[in-house]
Amino acid sequence: MALAALDPGGSVVGLLYILAFSLFIYGIKLGTHPTTARRGNGIAAIGMAVAVAATLAQKGIGNWWLIVGGIVLGSLIGAFASKRVKMTEMPQMVALYNGLGGGAIALIAWSEYRHWVHQGDEIGKLQNVSDALGGPVLSASIPLEVMIPTLLAMIVGSISFWGSNVAFAKLQELIPSQPMGLPGQKIINGVLLAVLIAGAVFLGFNNELADLNQPVFIGMLVLAAVLGTMVVMPIGGADMPVVISLLNAFTGLSAAAAGIALDNTALIVAGTLVGSSGTILTLEMATAMNRSIPNILFAGFGSPVTGGGSQEERPYQSMGAQDAAIQLAYADSVVIVPGYGLAVAQAQHAVREMADELEKRGVRVEYAIHPVAGRMPGHMNVLLAEADVPYEKLREMDDINPELPQTDVCVVIGANDVTNPAAKTDESSPIFGMPIIEAGEAQQCLVLKRSMSPGFAGIDNDLFYDPKTSMVFGDAKKIVSEIVSELGTL
Amino acid sequence: MDLVTEITILVLAAFVGFEVISKVPATLHTPLMSQTNAIHGIVVLGGLIVVGYSTSTFSDVIGFIAIVFGTINVVGGFMVTDRMLEMFGGKKKKKPEPEEGSK
Repeated sequence: MALAALDPGGSVVGLLYILAFSLFIYGIKLGTHPTTARRGNGIAAIGMAVAVAATLAQKGIGNWWLIVGGIVLGSLIGAFASKRVKMTEMPQMVALYNGLGGGAIALIAWSEYRHWVHQGDEIGKLQNVSDALGGPVLSASIPLEVMIPTLLAMIVGSISFWGSNVAFAKLQELIPSQPMGLPGQKIINGVLLAVLIAGAVFLGFNNELADLNQPVFIGMLVLAAVLGTMVVMPIGGADMPVVISLLNAFTGLSAAAAGIALDNTALIVAGTLVGSSGTILTLEMATAMNRSIPNILFAGFGSPVTGGGSQEERPYQSMGAQDAAIQLAYADSVVIVPGYGLAVAQAQHAVREMADELEKRGVRVEYAIHPVAGRMPGHMNVLLAEADVPYEKLREMDDINPELPQTDVCVVIGANDVTNPAAKTDESSPIFGMPIIEAGEAQQCLVLKRSMSPGFAGIDNDLFYDPKTSMVFGDAKKIVSEIVSELGTL
Repeated sequence: MDLVTEITILVLAAFVGFEVISKVPATLHTPLMSQTNAIHGIVVLGGLIVVGYSTSTFSDVIGFIAIVFGTINVVGGFMVTDRMLEMFGGKKKKKPEPEEGSK
């Protein structure tokens, strides 16, 4: 109210919004190069500060205590959570933040609707006065171009909030990451969606202020929450990054819808930018895993699939840390295939020590990074960068696969599905067609793993039973540390 | 602003997004996802606007929660992205020109 006096026409706010989203676009552009990415992130953050400041200067802004209190509280929580989170927990952190964004959108849509209901009540009171005086019939309605985006923002925001929370809970292992679902789930989801659409049409047609129906609106908010939960619940942990990315895009689009409802260009542009980037990321991740989006959303990895292989116990070899150390020490070239298990065990520092120790002995050590190693594209690069592994030792899958047959020892640490030869050979396997790191092509293969249990996707891995493969059981960090100390004694 | 103008802005912004973002190397996908995630925290603006015309305590609460959620999304998102990217940067000091690593 006070700040708005500085800009009576509101055009300064509009111009500042243009500055803000220019900074977003420039920030994202800088984010596409490793050397400038950090600066890009900072620039986008400045854009956000400009957008917030401009909004506070808008007409009609009030309730300053709530605004200041909300921003301070949100900043404290956000800053604290970001400092505390471990790098391995990054995917679920992004899921959680994404969910909060979606939740905010749903609440904003609800506030907007309540605002109209209030206006309707006021008009109702005026109507009583008008009737008493024999005056005209008062009426007003919400234009559909405002009503429709509001309903869209509410539905998609609520789906995104609850879907992201389920994704978070699965990745954080608060609930089992295995696919879970009710029989006939697809039908239930279909019915829920149909009811939501019917509800939206009902509310859309009743756009006269006097006909607004808040109970139906709240009911839809709840149904959208149920749908969001039900859609993500049956999805297996391995597909979760794709789902988070998809929900990220959805949240962006619902932000854009909220922008149309509120006549706010900054929301429209920023929301759409996120929507398009999220879509591209989602498609790229899905391509890397050779999965299609409908397949992920509607098929899931299902109940444990055995990939058509035989069910009986198969023989495999295992060895201890000492033997593993000897095998590594006398190799000429070693390729490390890191997976999520490495990240969970926080073994990246121990792995780098092992690599240093081996390099002292003249062994050439490189890392083969699968595009979806870790839980998100590029996640493994971040984790290894944290452990100061030189960037040039990280080799991409397509780049290193042709060299693996000449590699003496391939060390698979906490990775499973990304090395599973079934993806190439077994058409009945759910991961058939997914590009893999051909660890089985190396002369020898060491697999560091907690047990023989199948991986995140619940699929058995033929690599473990290969005669060239030796299993080394235990916690990744502990085994690698043991190998490091064994190497010291050799 | 009329609907057609707003949809025009939306469509153009979508193309800008596709163009700018489709050139990101896979290594930076996680930070990028995190950064764009922070950017959709822009919804906090919506919270700031609706809390202004709240007329009941309940609406105050809804608006307040929306602002808190949106702010966590923004502040947390940018800070987490910065932490990720800091690691790439930290290495740079020891070894200049690291980005040509994969030949």
